[in-house]
Amino acid sequence: MNEIPVSIKINGKQVTASVESRTLLVHFIREQAELTGTHVGCDSSSCGVCTVLLDGDKPVKSCTMFAVMAHGHEITTVESLAPGGVLHPLQQAFWDQHGLQCGYCTPGMLMTSVALLKHNPNPTEHEIREGLSGNLCRCTGYNNIVKSIQQAAGVMSQAIPAAADD
Amino acid sequence: MKAVGMGVAHESAKLHVTGTAKYTGDLDMLDVLVAYPVQAIHARARVLKLDIAAALEVAGVVTVIVESDIPGENNTGAVKHDEPLLSSDVMYHGQALAWVIAETDDAARAGAARIKPQYEILEPILGIQNAINAHSYHTEPLRILRGNPDTILEKTTTLEGEILVGGQDHFYLETQASLAFLDEDGCMVVHSSTQHPSETQAVVAHVLGWARHKVSVQALRMGGGFGGKESQANPYAALAALAALKTRRPVRVRLTRHIDMQLTGKRHPMLGKYRVGFDVTGKLEALHLEIYADGGWSLDLSEAIVSRAMFHCDNAYFIPNLMVKGFVCKTNVTSHTAFRGFGGPQGMVLIEDILDRVARAVKKRPEVVRELNFYNENSLDQHTTHYGQTISDVRIGNIWNTLKTSSDFENRQLEIENFNASHPFLKRGMAITPVKFGISFTTTFLNQAGALVLIYSDGSVQVNHGGTEMGQGLHTKIAQIAAQTLGVNLERIRVMPTRTDKVPNTSATAASSGTDLNGAAVKNACEILRERLEHVAAEMLKCPSDEVRFENGFAVHLKQKLEFEKVVMKAYLERVSLFSTGFFRTPEIHYDKVAGRGEPFRYFAWGASVSEVEIDSLTGMWHLRRSDILHDCGDSINPLVDRGQVEGGFVQGMGWLTMEELVWDDTGKLRTFAPSTYKIPTLADIPLEFHVSLLPRATEEKAVFGSKAVGEPPLMLAISVREALKDAISSFGGLEVKLAAPSTPEAILDAIEIVKDAAREIVMSL
Ligand code: FES
Ligand code: FES
Repeated sequence: MNEIPVSIKINGKQVTASVESRTLLVHFIREQAELTGTHVGCDSSSCGVCTVLLDGDKPVKSCTMFAVMAHGHEITTVESLAPGGVLHPLQQAFWDQHGLQCGYCTPGMLMTSVALLKHNPNPTEHEIREGLSGNLCRCTGYNNIVKSIQQAAGVMSQAIPAAADD
Repeated sequence: MKAVGMGVAHESAKLHVTGTAKYTGDLDMLDVLVAYPVQAIHARARVLKLDIAAALEVAGVVTVIVESDIPGENNTGAVKHDEPLLSSDVMYHGQALAWVIAETDDAARAGAARIKPQYEILEPILGIQNAINAHSYHTEPLRILRGNPDTILEKTTTLEGEILVGGQDHFYLETQASLAFLDEDGCMVVHSSTQHPSETQAVVAHVLGWARHKVSVQALRMGGGFGGKESQANPYAALAALAALKTRRPVRVRLTRHIDMQLTGKRHPMLGKYRVGFDVTGKLEALHLEIYADGGWSLDLSEAIVSRAMFHCDNAYFIPNLMVKGFVCKTNVTSHTAFRGFGGPQGMVLIEDILDRVARAVKKRPEVVRELNFYNENSLDQHTTHYGQTISDVRIGNIWNTLKTSSDFENRQLEIENFNASHPFLKRGMAITPVKFGISFTTTFLNQAGALVLIYSDGSVQVNHGGTEMGQGLHTKIAQIAAQTLGVNLERIRVMPTRTDKVPNTSATAASSGTDLNGAAVKNACEILRERLEHVAAEMLKCPSDEVRFENGFAVHLKQKLEFEKVVMKAYLERVSLFSTGFFRTPEIHYDKVAGRGEPFRYFAWGASVSEVEIDSLTGMWHLRRSDILHDCGDSINPLVDRGQVEGGFVQGMGWLTMEELVWDDTGKLRTFAPSTYKIPTLADIPLEFHVSLLPRATEEKAVFGSKAVGEPPLMLAISVREALKDAISSFGGLEVKLAAPSTPEAILDAIEIVKDAAREIVMSL
């Protein structure tokens, strides 16, 4: 088979494997890196449950990207959000606000939200709706997902020292 | 601390947010094989030749599963034995004719592509009307009759019509998935994303030709179910088991989204044909309604689903003379199945559409006519349903009035009129609609549940029950019920994955009954254990056992307290059993299908919603400006979880009625088998303003801890969106509105054209 070596830094750890050129990034993450928090919902770039971050802040649907395209890049998945077991404010907020039911969409929602808040720490409700409209959830009706992101944005902006404002 | 009634977060929330929660597709297995189907390319045909040799040549392909591999019964049907797992009779487009088992997905897929079956093509029956013309039905018609509708309809003002209500794909985010392997004893272990582990176990056993005790099924959790995994998880579990038996290796079947949508049944499309009679005020006098459901190729649960449509064609209204007939059409599409509401939603859409028409005929606002026809507890004869069940606690009046006030209904209606008068192309509309939903399985024997509660000698507790977790929060509520009943903190309780070797012969987690049935069984087990512990504690506290209370992790008598774990340890040392089963059967319910009479429901859940929309008449595009909901969950066991169910159900219902359109082409091929063509609601579609409240002080004496079931009823609150769209459309002509379901932008444009034409005709005839 036409296998090529691919090396991707996933959650800070270099993962190297020989895979077929058409191996999708999501399969590389799930099978080579053995991280199953990144789910597959539609296999066709519509649902967003496979969302991961490319190079720190760019959300990508990992079912729509080949593993080779991520070669030499950094990928961040949901498993990295709580270093040392301390939950990220977004994780805490999805928990507190019941921003999940079956949980299948949650990792993708979280990764998209992480990127959203990185680029826009104080999003309006409208911006949250726009920013997350590429991520499907069949269970919650989304209301609590919006509330979760609002809670996290509030917590995160308070955590920044006031001096940073001036 | 009180556990029941608290807004406790989902018990798996931590696993979900950290990505450590496992679904069936995530379970690690050495040497696991995967499967991919060979699919039929005709809707009705006979397979003349199925040559699998070419597939076996593909590197990585291990075997191909065909009909002759089935050692037991070739059937996966839930009710009737009409569902072969594999067959040379092609009954719908996309049907799996064989499954290629391989080391990798790619190999399985490549193998499947190599198999080219030869067919004798036959004529399919597609669509409800064609099935009616061909007399193609799965069962005898069902009927429920009260009074003399036909005589009354001859004497009164009537309207006749037809409405086709579309189906809906479940679109659970996790597709169908099963993993099967042989244990060291040669018995089968199956992990399945199933709402009904006991039936999955039974089907696997049938297909293998084994007794059930050789098959264990575990359902850890589902990534959504919504009814789509009530019966339709079974074939994939059976297939995984069959392949595991043949290859002696673990086999995982996980459908891709495309295959899932092509193979699995959906919410039933239903056609309603009616004649309704009413007086000048808009009060209903008689209704003759025929409901035809597209059952697809096999019966599945369709008969019970049509029954529920018939039970709910009254929604919250007293209809003195009513004949409703139900038909399950047999057609050549996927076998339609349970979906949140189980036929109830279709029945309710029909009556709401009819009432809107009646209101316009008598020139009244629809909400006035709706209110006029409500069941009325205070009148002697107006609180009995058409199937003879007395409604003891009609809550709609209170809910309706409260919601109208809290949503500022009347003022907003004036604002809408002003807006519409000054906007020629944009129009707003608003509607309020009620929900009454009967709770219980209408197949009476299913209303039973079991539990197994284990207390370890350190005072920690494991709870097993027959219900499955699909995100609805059942395990969370079960933990609350166990903690409350044993008087301990939630941290002490662990709810275990659902397994058929813990609680046998369970019913599906369906019909919104998960908490009512399993919660009551768990409570029963905990009460048995608590009583035993009371005796032990009484000896330790030197008091009568009926004066001991368990709360906050202590056995308490007056000012004395003893830690729970101390009592437990003492019980262990005294050789008192620390585990118990629990059981519950819903009392009093019964139903005679032939007579169409009985009390099939333990109680009813009520609710109402107001929705306001704005449509653009140039494009048919619309948005939901605001929705207000007041819903009755009894005394909610968990308001956080219940509100989540209400919001999620409403949005899912809105998707069904306004954007999720299933399109089958003339050859019977489903054209909308991916999210690129089948649109479910996104964050951009939900109401701009959303007010959700639970009815306060709403104790339901007949259910566990005074609560009410909440899984399905809120879906039907979304009917207010459809009726609001009709209200907006009516402002182009003020005549009756014919709006298709789902009311996509195209359907809205069509409906606007019809009212405009009608308005023009009136002007011209003046
Ligand atoms: S699985 Fe990648 S977007 Fe759906
Ligand atoms: S919580 Fe189930 S899909 Fe979002």
